[in-house]
Amino acid sequence: MDKKLSTEDVSKLAKLARLKLTDQEKEKYANELSGILDYVELLSKVDVGDLKPTHQVTGLKNVMREDEIIDYGYDVKSLMNNVKEEKDGYIKVKRMIG
Amino acid sequence: MSWPNISELVAKFNNGEISAEENVLKALELIEKNNKYNAIISINTDAAIAKAREIDQRRKSGENIGRLAGVPYIAKDNFLTKELKTTAASNMLKDYQANYQSTAIKLLEEQGAIMVAKANLDAFAHGTSTENSDFFTTANPIDMEYVAGGSSGGSAAAVALDMAPFALGSDTGGSIRLPASFCGIVGFKPTYGTVSRSGVVAMASSLDVVGVLTKNVSDAAIVQEVMTAVDPLDSTTFELEDKNFSELDNQDKKYRFGLIKEHIEGEIDPNIKAGILNMVEKLKSEGHQVEEVSIPDLPLALAVYYIVCPAEVASNLSRYDGIRYGHSTDQSNDLEEYYLNSRSEGFGAEAKRRIMIGTHVLSSGYFDAYYNKAQTVRTSLINQFNDAFTNVDFLIGPTSPSTAFKVGEKSKDPLAMYLMDIMTVATNLVGIPAISIPAGESNGLPYGLQIMANLRHDHDLFKVSKILEDIK
Repeated sequence: MDKKLSTEDVSKLAKLARLKLTDQEKEKYANELSGILDYVELLSKVDVGDLKPTHQVTGLKNVMREDEIIDYGYDVKSLMNNVKEEKDGYIKVKRMIG
Repeated sequence: MSWPNISELVAKFNNGEISAEENVLKALELIEKNNKYNAIISINTDAAIAKAREIDQRRKSGENIGRLAGVPYIAKDNFLTKELKTTAASNMLKDYQANYQSTAIKLLEEQGAIMVAKANLDAFAHGTSTENSDFFTTANPIDMEYVAGGSSGGSAAAVALDMAPFALGSDTGGSIRLPASFCGIVGFKPTYGTVSRSGVVAMASSLDVVGVLTKNVSDAAIVQEVMTAVDPLDSTTFELEDKNFSELDNQDKKYRFGLIKEHIEGEIDPNIKAGILNMVEKLKSEGHQVEEVSIPDLPLALAVYYIVCPAEVASNLSRYDGIRYGHSTDQSNDLEEYYLNSRSEGFGAEAKRRIMIGTHVLSSGYFDAYYNKAQTVRTSLINQFNDAFTNVDFLIGPTSPSTAFKVGEKSKDPLAMYLMDIMTVATNLVGIPAISIPAGESNGLPYGLQIMANLRHDHDLFKVSKILEDIK
């Protein structure tokens, strides 16, 4: 049986998901992911009639709250502790436009 | 060196027989002594002792500390904590320091519980053995050649080794119940939406729940009761009408049980099958009704899970771009390369696998065939569980088809690893509560009995689990 995903497919997925893979990894994932997709293929034979998909199970809808500021005591300084590069209280990133 | 029941431990604290500091020191000693099992990622020594002393002082001045006064516990390392880093056992978050507490931890600490350490898991909770931890693999407390199960394997091993009376876990497809089964302890997964996930590293948001691992049912009931609350920070939480879980008296009611046909007749260790059938006989002799119940779509549950879960994983893990927090690369010339390298260096093989599967099933052209189809079969599964619960009060069966496997035995085959969850994933898709309680041993390794109840029947599930624990 043909593999569900070729190494080219894996390259494309990796690009969409912002992952960089070596050629060796692409080969490995093409095999592994194809195996997983072969397994889930058993759903294709199921007749679900006119059932609708379920995306969540609580039945809750549009959970709203008052549009007001709640102070949870977060301080900006401690939030910035996990940032790699900071300048004047802003997060520094690579240039976006060449 | 084992612990008394939590209610007893709290009573001893309240009457001054034992101090919080003694409890914490004992926990720290047992953590140290069992270092070789690799259950623990970080230890909260100084802050835990300081908090214990403060609690002891407050008690002496006549204050009522709370329902978990002076009880040490261990958090799975995907719960955000101010005291310790939260790594999710991943290189991506290995240096991540949260600046707020997860709601579950806040609720426990308000009742006087003291976090002594954080436990190992499969990175981002992706796995069934902790072998996907980016740091190390947790050994099974009964035999170190075997895995502790996953993803809450560190939590399960820690409780089995008496490092603390309870440990927190998260369960997306079996991550509390499977390691509980492998380590011979109790693991509880609540109804979806009853405990806040605010401050828990998100895996698959329509499936993730917060639960607990303990040595016995009544301890699990107390801890779960404390954590059960509506939280404005998690809009999926709702008010559970009956959450007096720790009331386990009046146990003479007779129940109707459904033995799940698809699980007991599937490929399963014959010793486990015999043990579960033996428990069925005991239930009958106690006056309960047990009948075989079929849920025809159960054999599809794992396939549904391995579409829905990676789809949500891919979405949740897209936030890791190396900019505001998480691993950031030193090797990049532009922003695109910065993303690529940060993510590729920070994520392990299993996270990458799930991100790509998720990206594939959500991509245009495949969305209907995979994702929508899976979510529709999920509806069918929900309907079939609903039907089953019109005839019986609880569903029972084994927690897993086998006991713990050897370290390395399945790590080369992701699908074989996934199949360990074959009996646990359905409850997450349906949202119902489930528990694994110790049921026996096969060739020297423990296995669990899984009990499921209908949505919102968490209290009933605790009651019946106590009955089963007692008659075993």
